[in-house]
Amino acid sequence: MYKYDQYDQAMVDARVAEFRDQVRRRLEGKLSEDQFKPLRLMNGLYLQLHAYMLRVAVPYGTLNSRQMRALADIAEKYDRGYGHFTTRQNIQYNWIKLEDAGDILADLAAVEMHAIQTSGNCIRNISSDHFAGATADELVDPRPYAELLRQWSSFHPEFLALPRKFKIAVIASEADRAAMKLHDIGIRIVKNDAGELGAAFYVGGGMGRTPMIAPCIREFVPLDQLVTYAEACLRVYNRHGRRDNKFKARIKILVHELGADEYTRQVEEEFAHLLDQGIEPPRAELERIKTFFADPAFETDLPEDIDRSDPEFALWVDRNCVAHKAPGYVSAVISLKPVGGIPGDASAEQMRLIADLAKRYSFDELRVMHTQNIVLPHVRKADLHALWSALDEAGLAAPNLDQVDDIIACPGLDYCSLANARSIPVAQQISERFAANGKGKILGELKLKISGCINACGHHHAGHIGILGVDRKGVENYQLLLGGSEADDTSLGKITGPGFDEAGIVDAVEKATDVYLARRQDGERFLDTYRRIGMEPFKEALYG
Amino acid sequence: MKIVTGNDLKTGAVVWWTGVDWSIHVEDAVDAGEQAEDIATREEAARRVNAPYVIEGEKTAEGVRPAHIKDRIRALGPTVRPDLTLKPADPTAGNWVI
Repeated sequence: MYKYDQYDQAMVDARVAEFRDQVRRRLEGKLSEDQFKPLRLMNGLYLQLHAYMLRVAVPYGTLNSRQMRALADIAEKYDRGYGHFTTRQNIQYNWIKLEDAGDILADLAAVEMHAIQTSGNCIRNISSDHFAGATADELVDPRPYAELLRQWSSFHPEFLALPRKFKIAVIASEADRAAMKLHDIGIRIVKNDAGELGAAFYVGGGMGRTPMIAPCIREFVPLDQLVTYAEACLRVYNRHGRRDNKFKARIKILVHELGADEYTRQVEEEFAHLLDQGIEPPRAELERIKTFFADPAFETDLPEDIDRSDPEFALWVDRNCVAHKAPGYVSAVISLKPVGGIPGDASAEQMRLIADLAKRYSFDELRVMHTQNIVLPHVRKADLHALWSALDEAGLAAPNLDQVDDIIACPGLDYCSLANARSIPVAQQISERFAANGKGKILGELKLKISGCINACGHHHAGHIGILGVDRKGVENYQLLLGGSEADDTSLGKITGPGFDEAGIVDAVEKATDVYLARRQDGERFLDTYRRIGMEPFKEALYG
Repeated sequence: MKIVTGNDLKTGAVVWWTGVDWSIHVEDAVDAGEQAEDIATREEAARRVNAPYVIEGEKTAEGVRPAHIKDRIRALGPTVRPDLTLKPADPTAGNWVI
């Protein structure tokens, strides 16, 4: 994985010193909250319901064991013994004291991490495929391009005060495991008819109060013009984005209002201008970055067979292990979704164990999934039983990847100052319901996503089943959506009808799955059945 | 009753105006009445508490209760982690929150 050079380290260290001084001035009363707020947000420090919250960037979701241990240490030393992995491959701490912020950032910098640009109207952490570098279906490892974009976007003076926050995802396979088309810019590495690699640009996607699927505005940008094209996209947005209205300030609104054709025309004009400016990083820099993402030393002639005599282990292998490009290996998903648990939360002890297991079994590498789980990307099949046993002992072996209880849930009203309703208790009750009634075992792939407000951090628009918490006259109410997807068949869910109370939404989810079980045809997922039979049978079951 | 609340500058902890100072216990909150907005403005200027604001609440036999669910959760802590609330040893402490 990428290693900081002297410039990266110097920049991060300088930011730590700068923010430490800003915190000191705030604590001494020399800065007002209005003055301090934009400064803390640029360093990932929010003020949430119960305390300050620090969001730490995990670039394209890649970590090593040393970094995971440092995250565990921070959880224990400065927080309350746990962290929360987010839907953008980051980690958040919920109980931070302002006076500790400088020390935490220094601890992060010591392991080449930071919280820079994890908030504010700037380019946020670049996300990517959590199986990058391990999956057989990618053209190349997308992470060097994500890293190049990270370097370009970090402290980019022109893009630190955008009309609104800006999120980029980079993938390199047909399968979309990063919700690429639901980002401000989604980049897919592609190959043209001549066999050359390039980038398809999808611009203007997003969730939130106005969900939109990004249109493809350019099917092929040569990779040696990648940064230049991204800069052109940002420049047009920065020039015309709606700074007058926060709710219309995202690029998706600009692309929609201008029309994709006109937005594209302006980007192409800007791109032509920028090509003459020579802003693209030298090819040597990309090649330098690529060296950090070379394959680890995979062993050859490894056994493919797995002893499946233990049925619980066999189920975990079938559900949580994913094919790898190297014979004898798999990518193993560590679920942070035990029945009744809090999606995405991990204790310091669990983080340390995961770090140890990554060191022992996965070439010291970890990935954070946007679905709030952790991946050990390169595990020998021969090591799977030992890995599973260790995970099982720590409550980390739930066999539920992409199952009904592998729920994405935002922190909701239990933690978030923007939320209107709680997400986590609903997720807990749904996972408990489907564990108790046994239906969870027979539903197959079913992606359920819960947001506690319209900002959609829980990706409810993109769930096969989505749940949106709203405030109805001071009482929590939950809308049900069906038919969303954030995979390569991206679609936006539709609301079924009137909302439900907390108990009612759990019943409603079960009723929707009952319709699926009654109407599914061979091999159909919940989403396939919904797309075939439409909304009406579900409405009839829910409201009839 | 009008309650003034905010978050402590240093710790971020939820705090409630007691009439003379700030407390982390909602039971200590007083009815600030018509002075509530002035207190919030004055305390914001004092820079010890972040963004103080005024909410509705009521004084019951069990104690002061904020009217809105968001502030009731703020008063106790996350409903999903009773061990992290202000009263971790009392399993019934959150019964009034939801």
